[in-house]
Amino acid sequence: MALLEIRNLSVDFATSSGQFRAVDSVDVTVDKGDILAIVGESGSGKSVSMLAMMGLLPWTATVTADAMLFDGQDLRALSPRQRRRIIGKDMAMIFQEPISSLNPCFTVGFQIKEALRIHLGLDSRARHRRAVELFEMVGIPAPEERLKAYPHQLSGGMNQRVMIAMAIACNPKLLIADEPTTALDVTIQAQILDLLTGLQRDTGMALILITHDMGVVAETARRVQVQYAGQKVEEQPVIDLFERPHHPYTAALLAALPERATSKHLPTIPGVVPGQFDRPQGCLFSPRCQFADERCRTVAPLPQGPQAGLARCHYPLNLSAEAEA
Amino acid sequence: MLRYLLSRLMTFLPTFFGVTLISFSFIRLLPGDPIVVMAGERGVSPERYQELVRQFGFDQPIWKQYLDYLGGVIQGDLGQSFVTKKPVWDEFFALFPATLELSICAMVFAVLLGLPAGVIAAVNRGKLFDRALMSSALVGYSMPIFWWALLLIIVFSGWLGWTPVSGRISLMYYFENPTGFMLWDALMSGQKGALGSAIQHLILPTIVLGTIPLAVIARQTRSAMLEVLSEDYIRTARAKGLSPLRINGLHALRNALIPVITVIGLMVGTLLAGAILTETIFSWPGIGKWMVDSIFRRDYPVVQGGLLLIAVMVMIVNLTVDVLYGLINPKIRKR
Ligand SMILES: Nc1ncnc2c1ncn2[C@@H]1O[C@H](COP(=O)(O)OP(=O)(O)OP(=O)(O)O)[C@@H](O)[C@H]1O
Ligand SMILES: [Mg+2]
Repeated sequence: MALLEIRNLSVDFATSSGQFRAVDSVDVTVDKGDILAIVGESGSGKSVSMLAMMGLLPWTATVTADAMLFDGQDLRALSPRQRRRIIGKDMAMIFQEPISSLNPCFTVGFQIKEALRIHLGLDSRARHRRAVELFEMVGIPAPEERLKAYPHQLSGGMNQRVMIAMAIACNPKLLIADEPTTALDVTIQAQILDLLTGLQRDTGMALILITHDMGVVAETARRVQVQYAGQKVEEQPVIDLFERPHHPYTAALLAALPERATSKHLPTIPGVVPGQFDRPQGCLFSPRCQFADERCRTVAPLPQGPQAGLARCHYPLNLSAEAEA
Repeated sequence: MLRYLLSRLMTFLPTFFGVTLISFSFIRLLPGDPIVVMAGERGVSPERYQELVRQFGFDQPIWKQYLDYLGGVIQGDLGQSFVTKKPVWDEFFALFPATLELSICAMVFAVLLGLPAGVIAAVNRGKLFDRALMSSALVGYSMPIFWWALLLIIVFSGWLGWTPVSGRISLMYYFENPTGFMLWDALMSGQKGALGSAIQHLILPTIVLGTIPLAVIARQTRSAMLEVLSEDYIRTARAKGLSPLRINGLHALRNALIPVITVIGLMVGTLLAGAILTETIFSWPGIGKWMVDSIFRRDYPVVQGGLLLIAVMVMIVNLTVDVLYGLINPKIRKR
């Protein structure tokens, strides 16, 4: 049985100008010890779908799903109290902005020990020992002193390490990392990604890595799921996806990678992700798609079969000969 | 922390001199000859006039007058009351505990009700409690103090007869008043019912004086909480699976406290202004009433000295507030 199974997840926001569907029938499946990358441009609903799972969306959000199973439990049926016993313990999440994600009024030691007390009920000595151990695990030098530091006294990279230490404090079965490196320097980015994959390997937890960087995906993930304007448009194992992208959007993302550029100029995808007011009628990607025809502009495509990477496209690319037949 | 404290103290000094300058000018800026004004309808004989001119140093050049005054102030000499002939300093400290006691009670009342009310309103933004609280806060803030006091007196003292109308304790009780804090002295006196009586006398003045701070604190807490609740670290706290009580009451409130403490500090000035009215209405023997009485008696040295002492008091409170910031949010210490 999969560790996480979400079917047909939709999230609607009540905004001052009406309902806005930020996530549109997305499926997410993660096995124990798996690494799934979710990629897509800004505004494609990556964060919102994960926050919906954690129960962290504001009250303006309406979450619907056919199934939301985590470790055999139906997340939809949980009371807030029951959910609090799972999140932060078995299912943890780290965010994009490490510095603003930590409370400026408390030492990082306080913030990490707090989770240990609430979920594991450790006494103060055990909490301290475990906190030091965690800081060592995430590569924070001089952990005893660092525990006494406030977030503003540490660098962005250090703060993200603190966030990671906090997230893995209770040995979670699933860690969701929402663009954990976007706000950091390039050199630090690689270190944090190495740390995350290393921890994943050592602890055997499952990892969902949200990113809009295909390069990061290639280095870390096993499976990739591509999201666009709130929809999942393709899903494949990472090697297959890089070899044979089926959705034109995936192909365009890959073509934008510097090492794949065929000409001097890096190809970019013209246009932007549609928002609340400019959602096209048919395929959501059709206004930006170089292959789009009349059918694409009028009829919304359904996901194809697994041989076409579940691509939400009328004309999937790179189909192998037998699939074509 | 020590550096931070010193830098705060450095800003204290210029303000202090500014305040002495104002209180020094006060008596000299009054229209007409201050001595004639002070003497009022009784008039003053020419010999007495000359004597007073010398006593006040009005025959000296103005800068010398200021330096003499400043020297006196620094040595704790604020002059003498015309009426009682006692040093202003002594009178102030005899009456100050009464004002302090009332102000502390009013502040405690305002904070104890205002903080939780603001937090609950912010957490339940837009719901009934929030809207009810915000409307009553607006009413509380804009209500004239004397009108509110009279209303409470009519209802609770007049109709219901629950609370006394004036003074600090019932005349039935008499004891030495060593600290000047009635609650404490009544408790220590060991007389049965004394403490109860002191509390009863405090209730209405506390409510009257505490209403505006209560309204301001509730509103400020609510808006600060609303801002903090949308911060990333609150999402982190929720992602950790903490209880709403811990998230709102610890993680959010601790951050929201900084603007709230600022207004509490600013409220101290308002509180002393309010104390003048409240003490007059409830015949509360504190410095507010003392100042009003002195103004009516044209006891200018008292008014001048009292003004300075009140200003210094407010400054000390502001200094304390600055130090508190540093304790609550270590990030501020760095700046
Ligand atoms: N609280 C909210 N109320 C209304 N709309 C929201 C809210 N939160 C997010 N959205 C909208 O939902 C859409 C998806 O947002 P989301 O944050 O999931 O994007 P993302 O894929 O994570 O992008 P990014 O790469 O910028 O993080 C966006 O259009 C966003 O404006
Ligand atoms: Mg995001």
